Amino acid sequence: MSKLEGQIRIPSGCAISAVISKTGEKMTGEKIIESMIPMHERSNGLGGGFAGYGIYPEYKDFFALHIFFRDALSRRECEEYLKDKVEIVKQESIHVRKTPGIKDAPLIRRYFVAPMPCALAASQLDENEYIMRIVIQINTDIAGAYVFSSGKNMGIFKAVGYPEDVGRFYRLDEYEAYCWTAHGRYPTNTPGWWGGAHPFGLLDYSIVHNGEISSYDANRRFIEMFGYRCTLQTDTEVITYIADFLLRKQKLTLQEMASVIAAPFWSEIERKTDAEKEVLAYFRTVYSSLLVTGPFSIILGFTGGLMALNDRLKLRSMVTAEKGDKVLIASEEAAIRAMEPDAENIAYPAGGEPVIVRLKEGAY
Amino acid sequence: MMNTINASGADSTEINQRLSQEDGEFFIEGCLGQRFLGAGMGGGKHIRISGIPGNALGAYLNGAEIETQGNAQDAVGDTMNAGRIIIHGNVGDTAGYAMRGGKIFIRGNAGYRTGVHMKEYQRHIPVIVIGGRAGSFLGEYQAGGLIIVLGLNEDEKPIVGGFPCTGMYGGKVFLRGDARHVSFPPQVTLRPAEQGDIDEISGHLNDYCRVFGLDSSWILASPFTVITPNSKNPYKQMYVTN
Repeated sequence: MSKLEGQIRIPSGCAISAVISKTGEKMTGEKIIESMIPMHERSNGLGGGFAGYGIYPEYKDFFALHIFFRDALSRRECEEYLKDKVEIVKQESIHVRKTPGIKDAPLIRRYFVAPMPCALAASQLDENEYIMRIVIQINTDIAGAYVFSSGKNMGIFKAVGYPEDVGRFYRLDEYEAYCWTAHGRYPTNTPGWWGGAHPFGLLDYSIVHNGEISSYDANRRFIEMFGYRCTLQTDTEVITYIADFLLRKQKLTLQEMASVIAAPFWSEIERKTDAEKEVLAYFRTVYSSLLVTGPFSIILGFTGGLMALNDRLKLRSMVTAEKGDKVLIASEEAAIRAMEPDAENIAYPAGGEPVIVRLKEGAY
Repeated sequence: MMNTINASGADSTEINQRLSQEDGEFFIEGCLGQRFLGAGMGGGKHIRISGIPGNALGAYLNGAEIETQGNAQDAVGDTMNAGRIIIHGNVGDTAGYAMRGGKIFIRGNAGYRTGVHMKEYQRHIPVIVIGGRAGSFLGEYQAGGLIIVLGLNEDEKPIVGGFPCTGMYGGKVFLRGDARHVSFPPQVTLRPAEQGDIDEISGHLNDYCRVFGLDSSWILASPFTVITPNSKNPYKQMYVTN
C-alpha cells in the first residue's frame, strides 16, 4: 500500500488568492474560483481548497466541524468520541457535486457543535481551548478521521484536484462569505491527500501558503510543547498552529506575529529607534524557535479579517489591489484581474511587511 | 500586416504557436496570466500586448521586441539573449533573471531581485532601465551588464529597497541621485558618475526616453551614482577558509 500523507516526506509551487469585503458584503464562491483559473499551472492537481468566512450565519454560535472519514468505521468511532464531549445541534453530509477530476472522495460531514456544558466546566478550559484539544485528539488518535475545519461561522473546503474543480465539487456558488481565501497545491514534500490540501485551519484561523519553509522541524518541536500535534509533515500545518499559539494564546497582535515569524534581520533592527529595537529584539529572543525561514507567502484568515505576509527575503510573489470596498490579494495580478478586471491600487508588499485587512466595526 | 490574437480563453501554447508561424507585427489582446509569451523568439517580430501577460514574459528572447501596455508579472526576460522588452507599467520580481543580452525598459517600478545574476560576454551586454524604483536585492549576484534606476516617481519612497548589489561581482548599477540613504555591502564601491560613465548610458537613456515620450536632457543632466564590485575587497573566506 502506498504511504499516506503524514507517513512520508518527499522534498512547492502553489497559488494563493483572497478577496474580502470591508463592509461585510456577501460574495458567493464563484469569483474566488475564477481567480484560480489563470494560475492553473501553479498547481498540479494534487490539492485545492477554499475558506469562506460568514457562511453559516444561522449557526454562528456553534463550532462547525468539517470532518473527512475514511469509512463508516472511522465515522462511528469519531462520533462515539464526540458524543460525550459536545452537543451536536445539527449534522449532515456536506453536499457535493459530481465533478470530473475529483475522485476517491472520503465521507465528508459537517457537525455544528457546542461544548457539553458540564464537561467544559469540569475541564476548566475556555471553549476555544476545549474544542482545539478535541480537534487535535481526533486528528492524532482516531485513524481515518480528520477534522479539517473547526471555526465558528466559517468553513474550509478542500480536496485532491485542481482548485477550480474543488470549488465546483463543493458547490461554493451556493455559499456566501464576506471573505474567501483559496489555494492551488503543488505538493513537493508529501504525496498529496485530502487532509493535506490547504487551507489548513484550527478554530477560526485558516492558512493558505505558497512556499516551502526550511524551519519546519525547529518550529514543530517548539509548538508541540504546547499541546499541538503536527500529523501531516506539511509546513502549512505548523504555520497554522503558530498563528493560533501567538494570536490566541500569547495574545500578540497580527503585526507582532509578523515580527516573530518574518522577523527583521539583526542588521535591520540595528537601524531602528531604541524603542523599536527593544521590542523586535525581545520577539527574536523569546520566540526564536518560531522564526519561519525559507520561502513563503501566506494568507491568514480569521473572523473579521485577514493578513497576507511574505517571508522576509520575499522568495515568493504577492500582489494586492483594491476595488470599491474590496481588497484582493493573489500570487499573480492576473488572478486579481480575473475577479475584478478594473482593480485599482495594485501594490507589491515587501518581504516581511504584513498586509492586514479588517472589516469595519459591526460588519460581520 | 498586423496579426491580432485574442487571448481570452487561449492558453500560452496556442498563443506562442500563432506567434511562431510567421514574422511581423502582432497584437495580443486580453491577456490574463498566460506564461512564456514570446519565449525564445527571434528578430523580425514585434509583439504588442494588452491585459496582463503571465510569468516569464519573453523568457530566452532571442531578438524579438515585446511591448506590453500595462503591468507584467514575475521573471520578465528570464535568461533573455537579445531583443527588447518594453513594459509601460510595473514588473513583478526577478525581471531580467540571468539575462545575457538585449534590453528591458520598465516605465514603472520593478519588484525584488531585478537583474539577479545577469551577465555579459564581450559585446553582449544586457541593459535594464527602471523608470520608477526597484525592490530589494537589486542586481543580486550580478556578473555583468548594466542596471539603471531613474527614480522618476514623486512619492518620496527610496529609489531602491534593502540589500542592493548583494553578491555583485561584475557589471554596473547606476542609481539616479546620490544614493545617500541606501546601504550597500562592503564588497561593492560607490562613486559619483563621471562624464565617461554618463557617455556609457546616454545612448540607452535616449532610447528609453524616446520609447516612453520623456525628455532625456534633464535626466542625463542629473547626478548618478555608479556601483561596481570592489576588487580590493573580494568575496573570500565567506564560507570556508580559502
